[in-house]
Amino acid sequence: MSPARPPRARRIAGGAAPTIIEPRPLPPPGASPDATTGLQGAAGLPAGPGLAGGPATRTFPQNGHAAAHAAIPSAPTSALAPTGATVERMAIEGVWLAYGDRWVVRDVNLPVRQGEVLALIGASGSGKTTLLRSLNRLTEITDGATRAGRITLDGEEIETMEVNALRRRISMVFQQPNPFPMSIYENVAYALREEHPPKGRRRRRSRKELEPEVIAALQRAGLYEEVASDLDHPALRLSGGQQQRLCIARGLAVKPEVLLLDEPCSALDPISTATIEKLIVELRSDVAIVIVTHNLQQAMRVADHVAFMHLGELVEYGPSAQIFGAPRNQRTRDYVGGVFG
Amino acid sequence: MSSASASQALGSPPLAPPAEALRRGRPRNSVGSWPLIDRAAYMLCWAVGIGLCVAAGAIVALMLVKGIAYVRPNLLFTSPGVGATQATSGGFLDPIVGTLLLGGLGVLIAAPLGVAVAVWLGEYGRPAPLARAVESGIEMIAGAPSVVLAIFGLLMFSRPFLAFLSQTSAGGSVFGRSFFTAGAMMSLLALPLIVGATREGLAQVPGHVREASYALGKAKITTIRKVLLPSVRRNIAGGVTLGLGRIIGDTAIVVILLGATLHLEGAGGAPGLSTLRGTGGTLTSYVKYFSPAGEGNQAEKAYAAAFVLLLMVIGLNALVTRITHERRGMFERMMAWSWLPFWNTRNEEDVV
Repeated sequence: MSPARPPRARRIAGGAAPTIIEPRPLPPPGASPDATTGLQGAAGLPAGPGLAGGPATRTFPQNGHAAAHAAIPSAPTSALAPTGATVERMAIEGVWLAYGDRWVVRDVNLPVRQGEVLALIGASGSGKTTLLRSLNRLTEITDGATRAGRITLDGEEIETMEVNALRRRISMVFQQPNPFPMSIYENVAYALREEHPPKGRRRRRSRKELEPEVIAALQRAGLYEEVASDLDHPALRLSGGQQQRLCIARGLAVKPEVLLLDEPCSALDPISTATIEKLIVELRSDVAIVIVTHNLQQAMRVADHVAFMHLGELVEYGPSAQIFGAPRNQRTRDYVGGVFG
Repeated sequence: MSSASASQALGSPPLAPPAEALRRGRPRNSVGSWPLIDRAAYMLCWAVGIGLCVAAGAIVALMLVKGIAYVRPNLLFTSPGVGATQATSGGFLDPIVGTLLLGGLGVLIAAPLGVAVAVWLGEYGRPAPLARAVESGIEMIAGAPSVVLAIFGLLMFSRPFLAFLSQTSAGGSVFGRSFFTAGAMMSLLALPLIVGATREGLAQVPGHVREASYALGKAKITTIRKVLLPSVRRNIAGGVTLGLGRIIGDTAIVVILLGATLHLEGAGGAPGLSTLRGTGGTLTSYVKYFSPAGEGNQAEKAYAAAFVLLLMVIGLNALVTRITHERRGMFERMMAWSWLPFWNTRNEEDVV
């Protein structure tokens, strides 16, 4: 933990009491593969709701086409290895978002918890990306964007926080890999240099000081082994998948509490996608992850909880197994079944 | 049939099509099948293109033939002399130094100013009416003949409060002609090119790259300095090089604001400052002076100097082409361009 901020525990204690949530409930008994017939047929999804028994059955082959269709057993048990207790990091309460006078997100309530992956799914224009961008106040840079409702991070309203400090606590990875035109090392070091460093720390820390942190971030993103000898090479020379992992490393370097992923794999090949999905699953125990995805199979593979949005509304929120196995709402059923999308 | 056997039946295709399946050549749509008006226009395009090539080739060829005939290495290293014959009138060391000085000075003023204006227009642009006014101002400067700029500069720099930029005569009137004043006006020639190139580059940087920097908790100004400007360094370098070409090719400002003297005439005082506050000439004014239309009237000298000038401009253009043409590995080579202002020079050596 960087000494830049008070320790996490203290901040939580200072804000609202953290909600310790029981480990994810198992899917309801009705969530058998039979309940997803529509899903298998129309959308051509793999058999079963994509729920594996545990870590042993979650395989992410490193090469070959198999990676694209990671074997997903049909047993409708827990999708992912439980990470133990989850801690509520963010609360989205009655959030409305508009561009101009068009409300694109309407009255959304959602919890964001550390220890699990929350996937926002929905068709284009459902407001999921806008909602994601509002979590680190990136919507503010768009002219005419307005927001109503409350979003809190560890009990503290994000509106009242200094925006650059907030964005270091809630970092984001975008759809297109976008490394900066610098070396691999500099891309991560750039993230590490604070705008307003705490007293007693220089703004421009030396390479010697930063290198361990840079390497740690690259290791967390699973990129270090591949680039260890090329840290000073331009980041733009990396492959698309490596670039995206560099962006994740950059986002992780600031030791955020929440990591926002906006369709992080949509521009990548199946092998890179598998690597990044594996990374997301590994990361969720120490950082709360919110992922926006168009790809239902991906949401099945990585998410613990899924929120389905449609035309700005939160239609249904629940454990992944329930949303894909036994959706309660007709629209959810239609969307995951491929009736519209 | 099960899906597994279906995929087996299809098999996976080889990595390349069989040789006999390759289509030789490309399908051709013959011009002869076009309507007459299209054919005529097509021919006109060809003719104009070839005509331009011929004109450019003729200029270069003529200068090459004339220039090579008269240019001697020692001309480059001797100062112009006073004499009525080719043998006694010396070389053109001073004009070459003057060209480089003036180009350097102009770019030194125009590059930071142009980049700053472009960043403001492209990234901030508020208040909008002011931004629009600045935009049309720059367009106006780009369209203004340099002789107009020169006259304006002469009026402005002859004011007593700007006397420190040039010399003051014994009578107290400000001379207004010096490398400083000419350089300042020359920078206006380069400015629109630098602004244009930088803005174009900034417009090409995708929005999500800026957002990625904001999402790391970076302020807008840090994003501009560390992400955007390094991204557009190629454009800036291209604009600067084009601007430099404009400066070294201009004559009007040299004649009016630099004095167009054959030698660099210092204004007295500290050595470097003396030269910059003093008058001088460039290759363009030298060519004009020695051309059959000028006072010197020694055509051979003019050809030789024009040849050197042409080589400089062609060299600069080649540099622009190299810089602006996207090529593999170009990015890394461009990383070496850390001499330009606003550059993210720190750790640059790591990258090269």
